[in-house]
Amino acid sequence: MLIKIPKSYDLKESDVTPEAVYLNRRELLKGMGFLGAGALLATASANANAGWFSKDEPRKFKTTPLKYTPDTNPDKLILTPESKVISHNNFYEFGAQKQQPQELAQNFNVNPWQLTIGGACDKPITLDYHDLSSMFPLEERIYRLRCVEAWSMVIPWIGFSLADLLKKVAPNASAKYVLFETLDDPEQMPGQANRRLGGGIAYPYVEGLRLDEAMNPLTLMSVGLYGKTLPPQNGAPIRLVVPWKYGFKSIKSIVSIKLVSQQPQTTWHKLAPKEYGFYANVNPEHDHPRWSQASERHITTGGLFARNRIKTLAFNGYGEQVAHLYKGMNLRRFF
Amino acid sequence: MKRKTSTANKVFMLKVVIHLAAFLPLFNLYYLAFNDLLGADPVQRVIHFTGIGAFNLLLLTLTVSPLAKKFKQGYLLPVRRLLGLYAFSYAFMHILNFLAFDLQFAWLLFFNEIVKRPYITVGMVAFVFLAALAITSVNLLKRKMGKSWQILHNFSYLITVLVSIHFYWSVKSELISPLFYFILTLILLAFRYKKIKALLFSIVKKK
Repeated sequence: MLIKIPKSYDLKESDVTPEAVYLNRRELLKGMGFLGAGALLATASANANAGWFSKDEPRKFKTTPLKYTPDTNPDKLILTPESKVISHNNFYEFGAQKQQPQELAQNFNVNPWQLTIGGACDKPITLDYHDLSSMFPLEERIYRLRCVEAWSMVIPWIGFSLADLLKKVAPNASAKYVLFETLDDPEQMPGQANRRLGGGIAYPYVEGLRLDEAMNPLTLMSVGLYGKTLPPQNGAPIRLVVPWKYGFKSIKSIVSIKLVSQQPQTTWHKLAPKEYGFYANVNPEHDHPRWSQASERHITTGGLFARNRIKTLAFNGYGEQVAHLYKGMNLRRFF
Repeated sequence: MKRKTSTANKVFMLKVVIHLAAFLPLFNLYYLAFNDLLGADPVQRVIHFTGIGAFNLLLLTLTVSPLAKKFKQGYLLPVRRLLGLYAFSYAFMHILNFLAFDLQFAWLLFFNEIVKRPYITVGMVAFVFLAALAITSVNLLKRKMGKSWQILHNFSYLITVLVSIHFYWSVKSELISPLFYFILTLILLAFRYKKIKALLFSIVKKK
């Protein structure tokens, strides 16, 4: 008979780190407030896809190719590389730091999905995952994206006009505004479950447009980018893109669109009404209280030495198509 | 005699560790940033990294004397200068990143932003004081300044408070990290409760 006397250094079953804790060890480190070398190492490995922590590299979300009419890109806009578009995201549901959504959203489940369109309309409908990309012919739209934080990109979105969708539900006379809501699912969205990770904003995220803004042909419901379905960090399976407004208006992972009679209370506006207006039209002449909006850091290729500071355009360069919506309005008051 | 050398050795080793721990991350940061390996927006990353790094080093500097006192390790005190100088270097890079890589040497915008944005004003005031401490850290000036040197270097407490305000004020919505740093600042200042109280009284009296 083998008699085993445990040595003082032998590990007991109870000493084993629970798997969930082990899998979350990077988050634990970050959670402890070590924003210094730890953050840098995490970044280095994530960026170089290095093998240091290769075992906990997230399982990659599968995107699929879409059929669409290509944009001829008449303005010859130079696209921001796909790798940057999908790794630099403000999607606080998956972490408030720019690289976190890519790291933390890869297991996000978008199928099945339900998007309900209702409120003040005659024919409310509910779309499922398959409907999102098959209900309307898809087209590519190459748009400038201007973040309220004064950086910008150029992104080839794929989708359909929100106007087409709204016409289907037949808005009635009391419909004046459109209210959008992101999925509320703390189990899938760690930022909703953890206040520090989620940046301390209220969930679910809500945004809104005036009905005429929503009906403008530029306003896009996007289901893809760079020829494929949206990655989760960019708002899969369906998101809004309003190219003449600051990026926070373009709400991601939408589950509800509602026609309403009153101007809705929107997430960032509620949090800091002096900093983020309901309209949030890109306006180089109206500064954010804490930084200038006159110019922007344009994200293309190149490291620190890229000469990428450019002047910000009124309505982000889409004045011709949308300035008439705001005729006679004081845009300093309704910022 | 033997005791003395071993203390000198300890200080030397500690300084080597500080040099490595403070310099290597900075080297790594700029290596990645220049080679476009630091995410989509390396500008934001280098600004934030050097900013929070400066704050970490500042707090670390203020941790030395309470530690030395508590554990009676007086030999630790000389490393404060090295840590403080690294805090200054990180703060200097923080501002240089903003000027050179974010604003791309738009000097007018740079000065406008310092004046117009209260959180930047507060940070800049802290940096000017920090620069004064860095310059007067050389032995020659320390000797020449006599008593006024200590008075000037008591500004490190004010600097830390200003930096924590600058951090708190700069964020968009996430308040937990700035609050954590604010509490750390208060704890470190609490160790100097008597000294700070006396300093404040002497200011009131002079008026």
